Amino acid sequence: MADYIWLIPFFPLAGFLFNSAFGGRLSKSAVSWVACLAIFCSFIAAALVFAEFLRLPGAGRVFEMDLYPWITSGQFQVAIGFRLDALSVIMCLVVTGVGFLIHVYSVGYMHDDPGFKRFFLYLNLFVFMMLLLVTGNNLLVMFVGWEGVGLCSYLLIGFWYEKDSASDAGKKAFIVNRVGDFGFLIGIFLLFVSLGMKGVWTLNFAQIGQHAQLLDGPLVTIITLLFFVGAVGKSAQIPLYVWLPDAMEGPTPVSSLIHAATMVTAGVYMIARLNFLYRMAPDTLLVVATIGVLTAFFAASIGFAQNDIKKILAYSTISQLGFMFIAMGVGAYAAGIFHLMTHAFFKGLLFLGAGSVMHAMSGELDMRNMGGLREKTPVTYWTFLIACLAIAGIPGFSGFFSKDEILWKAFSASQGYLLIWGLAALTAGMTAFYMFRLLFGTFHGTCRASDEVKHHIHESPRVMTVPLVILAALSLVGGYVGVPHVLGGSNAIEQFLAPVFGQGAPAPAQPQTAFGFVSTAWASGGAAGHESSLEMLLMALSVAIALVGIFLAYLFYVKNPALPGRFTASFAGLHRWVENKYFVDELYERVFVRGVQRLGAFLLKVADGWIIEGAINGTADALQRLAGRLRRVETGYVQEYAFAIIVGAIVVVAYLVVIPMF
Amino acid sequence: MNEPFPYLSALILLPLAGSLVLMLLPRRQTLTIKAAALVLTIGEFILSLPLFFWFDERAVQMQFVEQREWFPEFGISYLVGIDGISMLLVLLTTLLTIVCVLCSWKAIETKIKEYYVSFLVLETAMIGALCSLDMVLFYIFWELMLIPMYLLIGVWGGPRRIYAAIKFFLFTMVGSVLMLLAIMVLYFHYAAETGVYTFNVFTLARASLPAVKQYWLFAAFALSFAIKVPMFPFHTWLPDAHTEAPTAGSVILAGVLLKMGVYGFLRFAIPLFPAAVVAATPLISWLAIIGIVYGAIMCIMQTDLKRLIAYSSVSHLGYVMLGIFAFNMQGLQGGLYQMLNHGISTGGLFLVVGMIYERRHTRMIADFGGLTTVMPRLAVFFMIITLSSIALPGTNGFVGEFLILLGAFRSNVTYGVLATTGVILGAVYMLWMFQRVMFGKITQEANRLLADLTKRETLILATIVLFVFLMGLYPGLFLRKMDASSAGYLKYVKARIAAMGAPAVQGPLGAP
Repeated sequence: MADYIWLIPFFPLAGFLFNSAFGGRLSKSAVSWVACLAIFCSFIAAALVFAEFLRLPGAGRVFEMDLYPWITSGQFQVAIGFRLDALSVIMCLVVTGVGFLIHVYSVGYMHDDPGFKRFFLYLNLFVFMMLLLVTGNNLLVMFVGWEGVGLCSYLLIGFWYEKDSASDAGKKAFIVNRVGDFGFLIGIFLLFVSLGMKGVWTLNFAQIGQHAQLLDGPLVTIITLLFFVGAVGKSAQIPLYVWLPDAMEGPTPVSSLIHAATMVTAGVYMIARLNFLYRMAPDTLLVVATIGVLTAFFAASIGFAQNDIKKILAYSTISQLGFMFIAMGVGAYAAGIFHLMTHAFFKGLLFLGAGSVMHAMSGELDMRNMGGLREKTPVTYWTFLIACLAIAGIPGFSGFFSKDEILWKAFSASQGYLLIWGLAALTAGMTAFYMFRLLFGTFHGTCRASDEVKHHIHESPRVMTVPLVILAALSLVGGYVGVPHVLGGSNAIEQFLAPVFGQGAPAPAQPQTAFGFVSTAWASGGAAGHESSLEMLLMALSVAIALVGIFLAYLFYVKNPALPGRFTASFAGLHRWVENKYFVDELYERVFVRGVQRLGAFLLKVADGWIIEGAINGTADALQRLAGRLRRVETGYVQEYAFAIIVGAIVVVAYLVVIPMF
Repeated sequence: MNEPFPYLSALILLPLAGSLVLMLLPRRQTLTIKAAALVLTIGEFILSLPLFFWFDERAVQMQFVEQREWFPEFGISYLVGIDGISMLLVLLTTLLTIVCVLCSWKAIETKIKEYYVSFLVLETAMIGALCSLDMVLFYIFWELMLIPMYLLIGVWGGPRRIYAAIKFFLFTMVGSVLMLLAIMVLYFHYAAETGVYTFNVFTLARASLPAVKQYWLFAAFALSFAIKVPMFPFHTWLPDAHTEAPTAGSVILAGVLLKMGVYGFLRFAIPLFPAAVVAATPLISWLAIIGIVYGAIMCIMQTDLKRLIAYSSVSHLGYVMLGIFAFNMQGLQGGLYQMLNHGISTGGLFLVVGMIYERRHTRMIADFGGLTTVMPRLAVFFMIITLSSIALPGTNGFVGEFLILLGAFRSNVTYGVLATTGVILGAVYMLWMFQRVMFGKITQEANRLLADLTKRETLILATIVLFVFLMGLYPGLFLRKMDASSAGYLKYVKARIAAMGAPAVQGPLGAP
């Protein structure tokens, strides 16, 4: 089976190539069928591997193969190679599973778009690149996927290229990501060269992991920090998050697939993949957790004051990614991946729901012009509600299990910190608030749309609602793969990932039924009893915080709709800052964009213009002037020439005769 | 004895002979002239293929060597040969010349005969310079390149063609004269030392030059080559030359002629003057880094497409020089590879701009916008070539740039880090350019009627894109050919440095 794992990323590539070659001659529906089928094949392939893994013992759950040697130069030898293990197979399932649903949804959503075929080309290409990213067996293949998803993101954000705001946003995304890639690249160089100096020339994950002990602590800290710079770019964390809200210019399925469910989690995946390095660098982990929690909090606060429904979801995504980085930073890799997965379900769903709302509202995005959509779009409403409950962390929904796992680990893990936990818990409450503000504003109350729009409001077609329902189901039950021991679960996902992340939870005493949703009875009793009750307490606390958040949202936006206005009026200054996203974009614009332009203008005028060209043209002018003077010597009078010859002869003779005399 | 077929001589002479045939054709029969030029260049390309396929990739020494006495009394011989360093550049030359003939098909309407004659003479000169192992022979070809290029810019160029052509000529000439002087000094020095008069570059490399003399001679060679590359701050002739040259002139100028500077460093300046190389490496590396960043920042400011691409060449060639002066496998091979890449992708960019120019007769970025709507096919090719230029993985540009940066990082961390900033800037200027030309709404009426690519143009760009992906996805095909030569080259240079008793160096040359 290992020899065929390259097929997983291959199918979407084949779909892309097929549609590029023949798409022009095929009908729209044929193109979309090919595209969806390609993703589905990958999903099946990934599922087969997953099933095979369940049959194998933990240590055997690794398939690795090299397809062909890619770049070979001296000691630098890198292959196009793939690796499937517990981590990458989960990523594959998320990418192809959610990806497939979003493909299907797009068939409806993009139906009347003139760029329909182009859209599916890009989408297939994206999934291929994303799969390359998560299945590559070395850093360079990962980097190919990394840049490849960036490209597709660029192309899809700027999908409606005639809109300047769209192409601006695409460009911004690419360039900001390149800043991150700068760190990633230097990290690769440093890792490769440092390991090489110890005699190991490799970029292969398994081999790096095997020899990581050869590296000194400070070096590992620098390397991991550099990789983290890349992750900060790709996963939109402070200070490189600015591209993600703008990325909402892309079609909504793109926001769902790329900018919520998959690509933006690549940074989290990268740290998880390199966990053996991060483990060695506690300082880096502290940085990761700090950036994570600050981003989570900061982005959530911006989410409070936005009215564009996609922008709210974008800041929410940034915030949730922050949660995943908290998990990474406290060494709870499995919890982070767990949250990555549930987030893919509920956030993917939220975006698709937002798309369905836009579909119903003739493209409207401003929440202030919505309201009361509940009756007219029931499927969208109910699925959206489930997703909101999931992200808010209401017990029973997927987000509850994964987010609480992170909070608990932030509190209890050896690298955990009370402060990080506290801020994260507060953020969880804020999340509940702004998500329900969004829900109430969109679906409850009275409709504030124009009559023209109101007249057209309708539920989306089946092809769009079915994916919503499936994702809602996943948001509902997806959490049960990670029910913590304290709630009587087995935390199956953590156990499944244990071969990749090493330690993890101690195996429960009871025999396990493979990877199932079977929850065993109260597993951790006895000595762990005290800790369990603490965990339960914190859990109750965070549920309470979430409920308070929801209640406040209810109070503000359903019960007493005048309250928000009064509230913002009394905090007008603060509100202006938050509403304008703390003016960070303006700051960057002024410092970086205009800074570079000024420097360029200066160099063009002064360095290229005055100094270099000045020197050259100056020399030319000087020569011309000299030549002009010399020309006067050639008068054309024979007498003057004769005179000059005589003078010359005298000088020469004098030189030859007089000089030797001394 | 069955002497092997003299491939290199045939390659050098075929275009020249072809140009003579072209001269004999009646001036009016333009189609015959164009067809003959096309057939000749295609024939030349086919003739160059055995160099690739029959090249012994394990051999370190020169291959396809031919040696004939020429002026034995002066020690001048006709000595040609290629190794893994020059072989691929020869192929790049023969390939790009076909592309140049094809892209001139409609664009050149005056003095058609002279145009193609110039091009064929230029091809002879370029291949000759790449194969020469005798310094006089090299110098002759080096100078011979100047004349047709001067004519291409000066006769078939844009409005400021005379200024650009003279600037190009003078810049290159200044360097060439100094190089000639240095060749003479080296020649007489070697004769004085051994009593043997020769211009054979490998023999001359055995001369034991005192360090000070090496510095001076290296400086003369380096100046000549640095102008050609062009390295910062000798680059200002390039934007003018590129802007005014016809499309094919820009393609061949960027694609091959600039590489002659780098090649000159590799073949002559570095092996001949090892002590000077050690001393000059930091200076050259810094100039290369400045070139990378400075060229990129200049690009951001340009309003003229061709000037922008010209400055991007300054940036890209900065990478090449940095890689080569890292003196390790990755840097050297990356540099060599990047030379090929630059020929493909920058050549491709000039082709695209030429195609737009032929339709719109302007190169100003501000005159465009929204072209994707009317030229979707061009948009795809343009996008791919743009991505290749910003070194996206999967395209050829990535392989070269990555290896160079890795090589630079290995030799000196600071160099590596600073040069990597070019990765960000490259994306900035290329994507911004692309956005302003291709995206947005059509704002000018004249753009609304532009026709998409013709079959001929599609064929040209498809060739470029084929190489973008072939070289990006399967670089082994080409890197393999350079392996033995590169390893041998580094070994040779390091041995020369050691033999020179040059001061022990840490860093670049000390690294394994």
